[in-house]
Amino acid sequence: RKMATLSVCQPQLGGFSFENCKRNAVLEAEVTKLGCNIPSARKTGTTICGVVFKDGIVLGADTRATEGMIVADKNCSKIHYISPNIYCCGAGTAADTEMTTQIISSNLELHSLSTSRLPRVATANRMLKQMLFRYQGHIGAALVLGGVDCNGPHLYSIYPHGSTDKLPYVTMGSGSLAAMAVFEDRYKQDMEEEDAKRLVRDAIAAGIFNDLGSGSNIDLCVITKGRVDYLRPHDMANKKGVRTGNYKYKQGTTGVLTKSVIKLDLEVVEETVQTMDTS
Amino acid sequence: MNTRGLRSQLKDSVPVTGMGQQVGAYGVQDTLRSGFSSVKNELLPSHALELSEKNFQLNQDKMNFSNLRNIQGLHAPRKLQMEYRAARQIQRLPFLQSSHLALDTLKGNDESISFEDILNDPSQSEMVGEPHIMMEYKLGLM
Repeated sequence: RKMATLSVCQPQLGGFSFENCKRNAVLEAEVTKLGCNIPSARKTGTTICGVVFKDGIVLGADTRATEGMIVADKNCSKIHYISPNIYCCGAGTAADTEMTTQIISSNLELHSLSTSRLPRVATANRMLKQMLFRYQGHIGAALVLGGVDCNGPHLYSIYPHGSTDKLPYVTMGSGSLAAMAVFEDRYKQDMEEEDAKRLVRDAIAAGIFNDLGSGSNIDLCVITKGRVDYLRPHDMANKKGVRTGNYKYKQGTTGVLTKSVIKLDLEVVEETVQTMDTS
Repeated sequence: MNTRGLRSQLKDSVPVTGMGQQVGAYGVQDTLRSGFSSVKNELLPSHALELSEKNFQLNQDKMNFSNLRNIQGLHAPRKLQMEYRAARQIQRLPFLQSSHLALDTLKGNDESISFEDILNDPSQSEMVGEPHIMMEYKLGLM
């Protein structure tokens, strides 16, 4: 219905285009009448959490991505890179968390190039909350942001509508209640690194075993001043089982009636060696 | 702090006029260019964010200029707006892609990446404006 001369009056702008919203609303009404569903977005149905310990931050996440009632990805990576000293776990719509963290990571890199300093966690937090508030929660990204900068370790939780909390331990996602129960029981201030890793591993495991939307493996990310350990996978909580029976037939099960051998005479015409670049 | 200036700026920053009304000569609906109109399509936005996104950059600029005026005095926003106006004139003809390099540098868009740079890149758009009509519109001949 739109003619080619639409762009006469307004200049073409980038960003979100709301052209198809009315059409989608009409289609949704039609499809509901017929009894089917429109395709839904892939969510991460997640357990993510973070904890502040003596020297830094431990972030943890499960690795299951769901599409309605089906597991879409058995081993997806939910701990995203923001900057060398800042990492972010994402729950909610998978595409939204992925794109949001990538955009903020790029912006932080440009910002740190122009200030020539290591970026601060508070900067990443403010950029994220301003973007999420601008889109009023339509970008479904619930994030756990953690990192170590010049002022020490910091941990933030960021909700899809743009509110943030700065706390010593946070959990997000559908398995957040199970993980928070573990934290509330065993969190202590100024833990050692091994204790903090064990605590986060147990919290994610609680989410994996008690929430349908979380599952598969446990990923950990330990951030301290000058060092980042990205442990993927840290723990394979749900290993696929090994088959106990062998379904192959023994040699000689099928009786052999006749056997004839035909020799093929092949002569080597040309021999070339191609080196493969495996760098 | 004197906030009267700020409030008067924001009062009419979200005009609730029709969405995408193409106004031709004499201020009447331009049926030739944009087809027949329906009141429902014009008045209601199709998405909750449509209005706020359309005016987002304008509102940000107004707020920033108001703050700058309150802090540094009238000369500061006036000088900046003068520079913006000069940079906005450095463009190719309307149907060609201009880089807006000077304008982007002034506004600080060269140091940030947002959805405007990733989604719906105007240089990749499938619809092309009609060169003659766009030039006539720009020169005010039509």
